[in-house]
Amino acid sequence: MTKVTMTVNGKSVSAEAEGRTLLVQYLREGLGLTGTHVGCDTSQCGACVVHVDGKAVKSCTVFAMDVAGSEVCTIEGMANADGSLGVVQQAFQDHHGLQCGFCTPGMVMSSAALLAENPRPSESEIRHYLEGNICRCTGYHNIVKAVLAASGQDAGAMAAE
Amino acid sequence: MHNFDFVKPSSIADAVAALSSEGAQALSGGQTLLPTMKQRLAAPDVLVSLTGIAEMQGVCTGEGGLHIGAATPHAVVARDAAAHYPALAALAGGIGDPAVRNRGTIGGSVANNDPAACYPAAVLASGATVVTPHRRIAADDYFQGMFSTALDEGEFITQVIFPIPHKAAYVKFNQPASRFALTAVFVAQFSDGVRVAVTGASNNGVFRWTEAEAALSSDFSAKAISDLTVAADDMISDLHGSAAYRAHLVKVLTGRAVTAAR
Ligand SMILES: Cc1cc2nc3c(=O)[nH]c(=O)nc-3n(C[C@H](O)[C@H](O)[C@H](O)COP(=O)(O)OP(=O)(O)OC[C@H]3O[C@@H](n4cnc5c(N)ncnc54)[C@H](O)[C@@H]3O)c2cc1C
Ligand code: FES
Ligand code: FES
Repeated sequence: MTKVTMTVNGKSVSAEAEGRTLLVQYLREGLGLTGTHVGCDTSQCGACVVHVDGKAVKSCTVFAMDVAGSEVCTIEGMANADGSLGVVQQAFQDHHGLQCGFCTPGMVMSSAALLAENPRPSESEIRHYLEGNICRCTGYHNIVKAVLAASGQDAGAMAAE
Repeated sequence: MHNFDFVKPSSIADAVAALSSEGAQALSGGQTLLPTMKQRLAAPDVLVSLTGIAEMQGVCTGEGGLHIGAATPHAVVARDAAAHYPALAALAGGIGDPAVRNRGTIGGSVANNDPAACYPAAVLASGATVVTPHRRIAADDYFQGMFSTALDEGEFITQVIFPIPHKAAYVKFNQPASRFALTAVFVAQFSDGVRVAVTGASNNGVFRWTEAEAALSSDFSAKAISDLTVAADDMISDLHGSAAYRAHLVKVLTGRAVTAAR
């Protein structure tokens, strides 16, 4: 075991890790940040998406040691400073972008990464960008609406499925 | 997953030393290797991360064409190769999903030589050069059947150099669950002829369709290949598509790539 240090949600943190410790284990078990979920553990579903140095990555498919020293942002870092929901989170709530909520942390992190790159994405750009995030509940329609709304666009104008 | 020692050298020379030890294996984006290690299909004693080596990062033009550092992620190639080699940038931007593209690298993909991977088609159709710390390997000598390459034990890719064609396109028929190529074709037109590389289709991995190359070299149009047929004998047959279906796709996608080439 070695101490691995990185910046998570703006704070410098360290926790013990082995070579094989995945970033998601480091976050959930090492730091107790259980908002990041593991759906498939095989890099297919996107439930575990976090940002590393501003880029969306699947934390089940990255070793903690490989990102030592990086800036990591997880779902816990998405709320506003006063604890209220951040823009993307609030849009998911307003537009019923979740049902069981299992995929939601990854959906929110991927959506936030999209909006950072492309502040006003079209419906098709949103669907395309979220290709690696699988939801078993919502049928995606309300997720796409939520992302449109979070980018300040009129989600009501989107055609019904 | 079995445990291992993790090292992250910051120069090619240090990586050469680290990878020369028994049981050491290269790690780039880990998008293929981590799932493989979770299944215990790989159990290295030492993992040598290549992503901290500055000389193996980035896209620039240089002698022989476009030089791409082996540890450059797909997302960076998609962005930075666009002005120089649009077909290659588009290929990189169509791999997997955004999170896979932020980690996965060209070196990892070319080293792995998955029979359904995208980059091998670009490397072969461009007649690219695979660079390692001690030698340069021409694409035609590099690919040696599925998951098999000319790399020796402990040897690793530092860079890939792509000659830039006049016109090129990559057309991929997605396997919708994995997002790999069910079959895909890269067509590249150079002043001395056309090269056509096919991935996702053959049991022998990426290959050149030489009959189409000859036809397209004298007439670069989809019509030029309309009388050719592709044998289904060596094609992959699985639940996503039969050998005959893949053989058919090879011709259809080659025609589309020629039409789309720019
Ligand atoms: C959900 C998903 C979808 C995907 N879709 C596609 C797709 O559509 N098309 C596609 O082409 N690929 C696809 N991939 C694969 C992806 O492109 C991988 O990133 C790539 O195949 C491997 O690159 P890597 O950097 O992650 O390599 P790693 O996983 O780190 O390594 C792969 C292998 O190469 C070796 N290696 C790594 N770097 C080097 C080097 N520089 N020199 C020598 N050996 C090296 C490793 O030891 C290992 O054996 C997908 C992957 C996932 C998880
Ligand atoms: S848990 Fe990481 S992609 Fe599914
Ligand atoms: S809300 Fe249940 S999996 Fe997406």
